[in-house]
Amino acid sequence: MPEFQFDGFSAFLDMGGYALYVWPVYILFAMFFVITVVPPLLGRKKRLKQLKARMARADFDRHHDKNSEGESH
Amino acid sequence: MWQWLYKLGSPKWFYDLGNRSLPWLWGVTLFLLIIGVIWGLAFAPPDYQMGDNYRIIYMHVPAAGLMKGCFYMMALCSAAVLIWKVKMADIVAKAIAPIGTMATLLMLASGSLWGIPTWGTWWIWDARLTSSLLQFFIYMGIIVLRSAFDSQDTAARACAVLTLVGVVNIPIIEYSVEWWNTLHQGASSLGMRDTSANPPEIWIPAFFTGFGFIGLFFIGLILRSQNEILWRERRTQWVRDIVTDTVDHGAADA
Repeated sequence: MPEFQFDGFSAFLDMGGYALYVWPVYILFAMFFVITVVPPLLGRKKRLKQLKARMARADFDRHHDKNSEGESH
Repeated sequence: MWQWLYKLGSPKWFYDLGNRSLPWLWGVTLFLLIIGVIWGLAFAPPDYQMGDNYRIIYMHVPAAGLMKGCFYMMALCSAAVLIWKVKMADIVAKAIAPIGTMATLLMLASGSLWGIPTWGTWWIWDARLTSSLLQFFIYMGIIVLRSAFDSQDTAARACAVLTLVGVVNIPIIEYSVEWWNTLHQGASSLGMRDTSANPPEIWIPAFFTGFGFIGLFFIGLILRSQNEILWRERRTQWVRDIVTDTVDHGAADA
């Protein structure tokens, strides 16, 4: 079984003196994770809203056209 | 096999498959990444020369793998775009590009941070690093090229051509450490025994993060492709049904 390799939590944070290099890499990874999934998830919301608006507009136009045709006849 | 490929070419089928796969993918990916990161950071033994600094490897190597894998996949899609005009292939290629770009950036940054204490420099113009930086610019070039066209079909073809030209650089990156004298080391051999250069307790966490990265890649790929499908197929009835359904959900939430 693998064992915890550090003497306590502060030693873990210190990363054997390499904290300045190891932790930024893992922070960059966290950013990579967020950038990979969050914008497309927000994009989905935006896209559906946008398509909803387009459909509503198309429906409105159709009704409008029908009415105007009816008046002209 | 061929039938499956044929189905994958259908946007609706791809969209539905994505929805069915996402819950599983999320579960497996989070599991792999959490285990891999905790194991790599805290439980893998320190390297006898680099100490704890080598723990950067659990991010650096998977990121490099994604840089490579993303581009090979884009190249396959590009071939499908140019030869068979598969529209799904272009959607997928477009979805991969930003993920591959960010993976390349993560690889370069983690490599630089690793280089400072071990090499004494964050950058050197050796063959490995230079060709990797070039790959980053190729990724960026493809994204910029796509945005330069108004016509979707022209953009698809132009990006496909640039991708197939750019893919030449991937084996150059791969073999740069053998063809030239580089400061960057070659691939380390993995051993099964405790006495080998890289015993299992060192490389097993890398397998977790590596497959976790692949899972993350597929999550991003599916989400981005689905957004693009919704737009390109907006005039079809099935997309209209999805939009109508979500409207109802939105109204129920409010």
